[in-house]
Amino acid sequence: MKRSAYLAFGTIAALCAGGIVAPATAAWEPVRPVEFIIPAGTGGGADQMARTIQGIVTKHNLMKQPLVVINKSGGAGGEGFLDVKGSGGNPHKIIITLSNLFTTPLATGIPFNWKDLTPVAMLALDEFVLWVNADKPYKTVKDYVDAVKAAPAGSIKMGGTGSKQEDQIITVAVEKATGARFTYIPYKGGGEVAVQLVGNHVDSTVNNPIEAVAQWRGGKLRPLCVFDAQRMAYDEPIADGKAWKDIPTCKSEGLDMEYLMLRGIFMSPRATKDQVEYYIELFKKVRATPEWQEFMKSGAFNTTFLTGADYAKWVEVEEKRHQSLMKDAGFLASGN
Amino acid sequence: MEELVNLFHGFAVALQPYNIMLMVLGIVLGVIIGVLPGLGGANGVAILLPLTFSMSPTSAIIMLSCIYWGALFGGAITSILFNIPGEPWSVATTFDGYPMAQQGKAGEALTAAFTSSFVGALFAVVMITLVAPLVASFALQFGPAEKFAVYFLAFCSFVGLSKEPPFKTIAAMMIGFALAAVGLDSITGQLRLTFGVTHLLNGFDFLIAVIGLFGIGEILLTMEEGLAFRGGKAKIDLRVVLQTWKELPKYWMTSLRSCFIGCWMGITPAGATPASFMSYGIAKRVAKNGKNFGKGEIEGVVAPETAAHAAGTAALLPMLSLGVPGSPTAAVLLGGLLIWGLQPGPMLFVEQKEFVWGLIASMYLGNLVGLIVVLTCVPIFAAILRVPFSIIAPLILVLCAIGAYSVHSSTFDVMLMLVFGVIGYLLKKCNYPLAPLVLAIVLGDKAEEAFRQSLLGSQGSFGIFLSNPLVSTIMILGLIALFWSVIQEGYTRLRGTVAGPGSRAA
Repeated sequence: MKRSAYLAFGTIAALCAGGIVAPATAAWEPVRPVEFIIPAGTGGGADQMARTIQGIVTKHNLMKQPLVVINKSGGAGGEGFLDVKGSGGNPHKIIITLSNLFTTPLATGIPFNWKDLTPVAMLALDEFVLWVNADKPYKTVKDYVDAVKAAPAGSIKMGGTGSKQEDQIITVAVEKATGARFTYIPYKGGGEVAVQLVGNHVDSTVNNPIEAVAQWRGGKLRPLCVFDAQRMAYDEPIADGKAWKDIPTCKSEGLDMEYLMLRGIFMSPRATKDQVEYYIELFKKVRATPEWQEFMKSGAFNTTFLTGADYAKWVEVEEKRHQSLMKDAGFLASGN
Repeated sequence: MEELVNLFHGFAVALQPYNIMLMVLGIVLGVIIGVLPGLGGANGVAILLPLTFSMSPTSAIIMLSCIYWGALFGGAITSILFNIPGEPWSVATTFDGYPMAQQGKAGEALTAAFTSSFVGALFAVVMITLVAPLVASFALQFGPAEKFAVYFLAFCSFVGLSKEPPFKTIAAMMIGFALAAVGLDSITGQLRLTFGVTHLLNGFDFLIAVIGLFGIGEILLTMEEGLAFRGGKAKIDLRVVLQTWKELPKYWMTSLRSCFIGCWMGITPAGATPASFMSYGIAKRVAKNGKNFGKGEIEGVVAPETAAHAAGTAALLPMLSLGVPGSPTAAVLLGGLLIWGLQPGPMLFVEQKEFVWGLIASMYLGNLVGLIVVLTCVPIFAAILRVPFSIIAPLILVLCAIGAYSVHSSTFDVMLMLVFGVIGYLLKKCNYPLAPLVLAIVLGDKAEEAFRQSLLGSQGSFGIFLSNPLVSTIMILGLIALFWSVIQEGYTRLRGTVAGPGSRAA
């Protein structure tokens, strides 16, 4: 009842506005500052991306209203998702996601599903690479998997970010594909994980490129394979004349596992088509800037861009996949 | 020698008028950010980061790191004047700083705090200049077991400090551990003790608890005792700075020890908070006036402030050379580096010489500029205490509320802060020490995480905590610190000189 009244009022207001002032293209525009929620802590991958976007928007004057970045990392991001879910009808709130869009509700049982939000756009996909310490003798995936299998079960340590999140999901999938057994050790952030590998406190990691690239360039780490269907696109040499493009896919090395992490944008529930359209246009402009392209290159991102039904469909397929991956791994919260 | 040439080149970069202007601007912004509890260096830098994208990376990092120094300085101001630590590492500064302010020695306490901060930071920068590569590789030896050992040492060197009965100390610490356990269990990925309440997903933030326990609790106590500040007599004359400086060299030993503790903690990277607590704890043990700590000893301000600043500065080293931030603010700066296209890590010192040495030079100059700015303001800060309580108390309340709100932009946190205020008041009335509680909230979940990571790695064997010389040494130091106090107490009891029921401050 109330909602339809709102709608009616909104339509009348829009009609009036359209009739009186606005030109034919009068689409929706923010009228106050837009909150950009990050469901993760400061300094992580999502945080870096959101702050880069904020910097680009400010520098190129892409919005008339300011874009305010807010970290809501509590409960593995649950705090941020529930905040946006509870802001129905407020078009001044957007959120950047990582895989915790799926993993957090599944693992913790908080009352949230991505369908509670309005999908806006997929900005990029983050790759995962299997890394080992450069001092170790393993040169290929096979060397490494053989070594893990030969060692007593559980004595080889895989380090990763968070618990029951993407890194551990990949670890379990690798175990299933190879029959090897790891002990997974969760850390707070990806940078810390990479340094633990350099210090030989863990034996391998599945860090994102941006988290480990500095150590690779410094000759401390060695990439074995990338968990993607095709090789990464970037052919600029990083270390020893090798580029991201020279890293083989895990599948071609006999490790049949693909995993990409969503870096996408959602907005609050009950957004209108105009409002979604506004943000899609905004992110198209962001993607066209040289700063964004530089950022994509530095993190060797997969730059797939999806919007509308394609995006929603992609997310739906991924949700099913996470559900089955997490179910197989025994990561589901009771009741899910 | 090449380093020195690079450094002088760095000075030339940092001394450009534009960069000096940014430095002063950064320091002033930083002090304001530090004074507002809850806003904090990390948030301040995060908010201002986008403004710097149009500058050159070197200018940008100079400004941002100056905000960082400013926030470090600013955190001490509210700790000393109002017993409200603006940053986690300022908590230990309140133990003696606030009693000093109550005795009318706010100027002395502020001067001591600022000067010690400068000394600590300077020591750490010199260390970064001289031994950066060596020190960076030391940090790599710290896995979970070593980190746990460091936290263990921090707890041990602090336990038994308070004059309250050990039972009350342990009870307060356990409350702290219980509060630290709320939220996400980072090892299993499960929620703990949230009872389905959305607001508890994030756990109890340290800052909310501290603003309530210390700030609001203190206002309630003052109201009960007669609506007046006891620091009104504070001298508001710049001469107080010089007088305090005359006294400070006496504490060179404490200073030096705190510098070492700070650098070590900053690099490992355990951070500034354990450094300040550990340094205070050890100073209390070793100092001649140790038994007066907590009643307004200037040495009790020098020790934690020196260590906190040394650690805060040293924390930038692992960030630059390894890409691991040693503090939340360093983490935000790290994000900034990536946005400017600079890759922190082993190659940064080789490929981006101008940037790295410009930053190091700005650390020297930024701290100096900061010291001058804050010292000239000491009389102004001290004069705040002359404002009648009935005017200043509502202002402090508003400041606390803004601080609590800005941590997570949540009004629930403001209510929580008030609840913590009442709890703090009650605990103080019942003579429970607050320090162990706060220490447990700050370090409890980190210690737990490192402990469980270690045991995961060792497949449940406790042998990992004695598995190499480094971790064994730290653990044994911790045990000595722990049992030393027990032995000492047993010894005093044997001699029949049992301490009285003890005073309020902890």
